[in-house]
Amino acid sequence: MTTTTPTARPTGFVHDTAAVFVRESRPLVRDPFSVMFSLVQPLIFLGLFGPLLVGAAGGDVAGTLQWFVPGILVMVALFGTASTGANLLFEMQTGSHERTLVAPLSRSALLVGRALKEVVPLVIQGTIVVLVAVPFGFTLHVPGLIAGLAVLAVFGIGFGALSYTLALACRNRDWMFWMVHQTLLFPLMILSGMLLPLDDGPAWMQVAAAINPLSYLVGAERALLAGDFGAPAVVGGIIAAVVTCTIGIVVGVRAMKRAR
Amino acid sequence: MTNQMISAQGLTKTFPAKGKVVEAVRSVDFSVDAGELVAFLGPNGAGKSTTLRMLTTLLPPTSGEAVVAGSDIRRDPAGVRRRIGYVGQGTSGGHTQRVRDELHAQGSFYGMGRRETRLRADELIESLELGQVAGRQVQSLSGGQKRRLDIALGLIHRPELLFLDEPSTGLDPHSRANLWEHIVELRRETGTTIFLTTHYLEEADQLAERVMVMDHGQLIADDTAWALKNSLAGDRVTLTFETATDAAAAAARIDGEASGSIVTVTAPGGDRALPRYIRSLGDAGLEVVAATHRQPTLDDVFLALTGRSLREEAAHAEPAEPELVASA
Repeated sequence: MTTTTPTARPTGFVHDTAAVFVRESRPLVRDPFSVMFSLVQPLIFLGLFGPLLVGAAGGDVAGTLQWFVPGILVMVALFGTASTGANLLFEMQTGSHERTLVAPLSRSALLVGRALKEVVPLVIQGTIVVLVAVPFGFTLHVPGLIAGLAVLAVFGIGFGALSYTLALACRNRDWMFWMVHQTLLFPLMILSGMLLPLDDGPAWMQVAAAINPLSYLVGAERALLAGDFGAPAVVGGIIAAVVTCTIGIVVGVRAMKRAR
Repeated sequence: MTNQMISAQGLTKTFPAKGKVVEAVRSVDFSVDAGELVAFLGPNGAGKSTTLRMLTTLLPPTSGEAVVAGSDIRRDPAGVRRRIGYVGQGTSGGHTQRVRDELHAQGSFYGMGRRETRLRADELIESLELGQVAGRQVQSLSGGQKRRLDIALGLIHRPELLFLDEPSTGLDPHSRANLWEHIVELRRETGTTIFLTTHYLEEADQLAERVMVMDHGQLIADDTAWALKNSLAGDRVTLTFETATDAAAAAARIDGEASGSIVTVTAPGGDRALPRYIRSLGDAGLEVVAATHRQPTLDDVFLALTGRSLREEAAHAEPAEPELVASA
């Protein structure tokens, strides 16, 4: 009988976060077309809602796209990251989440590594949406696009973390996750002025938009994608993204530490 | 350096449930030495999984303490996690992950180097016969293959102590036998201490050297299967007579229990007692027309201890274990 030599070594937060990030990203690397799944909805809005917007506003296609595409990018960030908690929910039910809880991983890393992974599909999807719009007259400002995607990434990490928090809170109640998800998502989307300007809406809607972080994000994306780095909206968007990110990570890490 | 792999004192877990306090585990004391294979037996809801989850740091105990693989479960949970392997009731591999990818991720979770992880993953893929499916997604595997992957994931860091929670539940007999071959082989080669829960009596009986029986949150027996069966249950000898009168007379002579023309007697070493009974009763003019001898099972042990049959309990609809209730 030989004795076993344990090979596990103590690790730190950064190592653990990277390990979780790599695990979460692998299915995406193995099957890159899976990012297309969450692209279907934004592309439908771009293709079917966009022309209506052109007709209703009476403007030219290029100008409308310049206004509309940044909103679609925010939609990509919103819808892509909002449902990511469902993956965790599923892993909590099957047992693979439990396996990671028994591994000597820092609890914070389990959340942060997962949330950071959201950046990868988000950046790929955002880039695709913009490239699809270019042939129709959308003017591409590369530095603006990079800055815009960076702000969206910060927001996406936070919103993804909130989605994971929701999953941890719902545990084995899928229906509750999807109910909260559906209840919040559409009001957040409509009250951000992403699809239609809210200027002509009733006052209460404008108040709701003023407290919706997504409105600021949409404003910042419109400025950044037009290459207007100096616009005041940019600052508002950055603040909204950073606040979402901070809240998401703090709340998410707390929920993960309590996870059983 | 102590030879003890697990030592638990007064381990207790209570859950609040619907305004009441459920005592899932009540002050459990026991120790397990390095190299032992212990089966933790009991009906659903007995507190087996809750005990296991406390020992593996998944659940903090309400009171009591335990040292597992040299580390205290409260003070140094990370130390415990590094040294133990755990195979839970569910599927450890992520459904959309590929088998080899999951093993590589698991290695990095345990702080192993890239090269070391790759070599170890290859080794486990070979020894657990996962070569055919190494590039496939976990969700496409059969139940037996998933379970072997679970074991491989639990062993990536060569733990000194492996916890298995209901390892063979839901597997067909062939996969179950195959899984056990792997576990026995692992133990023969590495001397890993194995602590498993099961409600399959035959499994505990055939494979574990030591059986701990739990019921209503308490340890009610702890010994070798052989000793438990001999001391608590004894062999059962059944003798059939021509008439109920004969049976009653025979029962009085051998201290048995008559029911109609059948006499049942519980005796240690029943196989040797059987011919003696037939001879001595025949000499007294009570002719035995049929006789059987049955060795006791762990179910008889459980029956002797609790007055209930474990087999019947297992057949009932499984109640939700208290640990599935959301708890603070």
